[in-house]
Amino acid sequence: MKGTIALGLVFLAYPFVLSNAFYLDIGVALLLAAISASAWNIVGGYAGQVSVGHCMFFGVGAYLPLLVYQHWQLPPIVGVPVGIAISLVLAILVGMPTFRLTGHYFSMATIAVAELIRLVVSTWDFAGAAIGLQGPAVGRGWYDLTFRGELPYYFIFLAVLAILLFVTWQVQRSRFGYYLRAIKAGERAARSLGVPVRRTKLYALMLSAAFTSVAGSLYAIKTGFIDPDSGFGILVSVQMVIIAALGGAGTLYGPLVGAIILIPLQTATNTWFGGGGTGLTYILYGGIIVVLARFEPGGLHEMWHRIAPRFMRGRDAA
Amino acid sequence: MLLLQVIVGGLLLGAIYALFSSGLTLIWGMMNFINFAHGEFVMLGMYVALLVVVWLGGGPATFGFAAAVALFVLGVIVYASLIRHVTRGPMLAQILSTFGLALLLRYTAFWIFSANIVSLPQTSLGGTLNILGILVPVAQLVAGVTAAVLTVAMHLFLTGTTIGSKLLAVAEDRNAAMLMGIRPDRMQALAWGLSAASAGIAGALMAISYPWSPSVGETFGLMAFVVVTFGGFGSVPGAMYAGLIIGLIQALSAFYFGPIYKDIVVYGLFVALLWFRPQGLLGKA
Repeated sequence: MKGTIALGLVFLAYPFVLSNAFYLDIGVALLLAAISASAWNIVGGYAGQVSVGHCMFFGVGAYLPLLVYQHWQLPPIVGVPVGIAISLVLAILVGMPTFRLTGHYFSMATIAVAELIRLVVSTWDFAGAAIGLQGPAVGRGWYDLTFRGELPYYFIFLAVLAILLFVTWQVQRSRFGYYLRAIKAGERAARSLGVPVRRTKLYALMLSAAFTSVAGSLYAIKTGFIDPDSGFGILVSVQMVIIAALGGAGTLYGPLVGAIILIPLQTATNTWFGGGGTGLTYILYGGIIVVLARFEPGGLHEMWHRIAPRFMRGRDAA
Repeated sequence: MLLLQVIVGGLLLGAIYALFSSGLTLIWGMMNFINFAHGEFVMLGMYVALLVVVWLGGGPATFGFAAAVALFVLGVIVYASLIRHVTRGPMLAQILSTFGLALLLRYTAFWIFSANIVSLPQTSLGGTLNILGILVPVAQLVAGVTAAVLTVAMHLFLTGTTIGSKLLAVAEDRNAAMLMGIRPDRMQALAWGLSAASAGIAGALMAISYPWSPSVGETFGLMAFVVVTFGGFGSVPGAMYAGLIIGLIQALSAFYFGPIYKDIVVYGLFVALLWFRPQGLLGKA
């Protein structure tokens, strides 16, 4: 509890301590990445159903606010609930058939559906086709959420992250959370103990989809621009998976820890390798994922719990 | 006549899909394991072909063989260093291992070869055949027929030879196979080698007539998922028929709706299939 309060204070103080645009930018990117990864974590971490196509929800969430602005001049925020609704429908569409089968089907279906949507959006003029959509350049009022500085976004993102982590914490403590862990530990055993496996997995996916959609909306409203690759590209999904897995999938703070490590690292590699270095960043991503899978599938969380006791014992002895 | 030509073209490409998909289905059948990097193996086969042509000046037979050998070695290395250690681990590790490998291979290829679209210099397989009024490029004909022969050969190898039987025995029941004196680890390494080699040759065969860039791996990987799902998981003959069908569907939808819709139609079918018949069209219920 003390840790949580301290963490909250650090995040509240951050933009005032490191107030220049560069650090604020990293802070905003970090919070957004933490939101997306925490949302993924509900189904990928807690339920152990590894989605590699979560960009479908992110993209829907990102497109809807700019779609309602582009076509009906509505404030982008109106698109947020619509995006959530469509994401929920998508979640049902993907989850219903695949959750009858083993986890591999689900992973395969998520990547295929995500790619299908990316292709459709890339050719669909209504959604801006390959060019994408733009938001309001200058806000018509506060309701457009188009701010000149990054600071308002920082606090909006921080609030959403706090809500998401609170919801995840509640899930973790509830019967639903125990069901999820039981399913992850062994589906057959869970079913034999009367856990409604399919329904639980589907609810987890829906909850995860809704928050991922919100993350997409936040991204689009802040950036004011979206195209098929930044909404539905495979790398959007990759980032969620790698951040959650790095910090510790299926733990409350794992994704946040992953984001705190990976986002500054990403900024650093992009700066070192220059504009053409994005390729190298993804080689690094691939490498990290492979090493994690091979040596530390529990992420830093498990590593810490293995190493920390030894470290503590050493200190006591001294 | 034009329609017939489209059908022949689709079937010839479909035969190549069948070849690399049978590699993916072999791994699934043996180990209940999905290889997300399979499409990247196909992509690497294409670049091996390019390197052999540029450096050694070899013809299709040379670079096809080179791609097979290179990818076989890579497949065995991937199995021994990575897959072997994650198969008993959590689902997350299983999926992340090959998913991360796919990214690693794809972006390493980007880094080395750049994102530009490349194609092989004109090989000895130029020209077009006119068979009863249907125009078929020689390169596509040779590639398609070779792929079909190799896929059938793979099936015969699995069902008709001692080593093939050992492979299937491990797939059937790992422990029982072990009691019969078969080393599952060795057989699985062999399966990964064969699987990657099939992808490598398929890549080299496609490189003869189609241009490509490092990102094709993603498309081929998904295509292999679709074919394997159509044909039923773990079935090489299933992958064979399904590959031909998918090639045909793709060619026809490109013909009727325009080239940009060919993949949309195939992925759409895949989603429909997952809903209504997840065990595959030809799979057992």
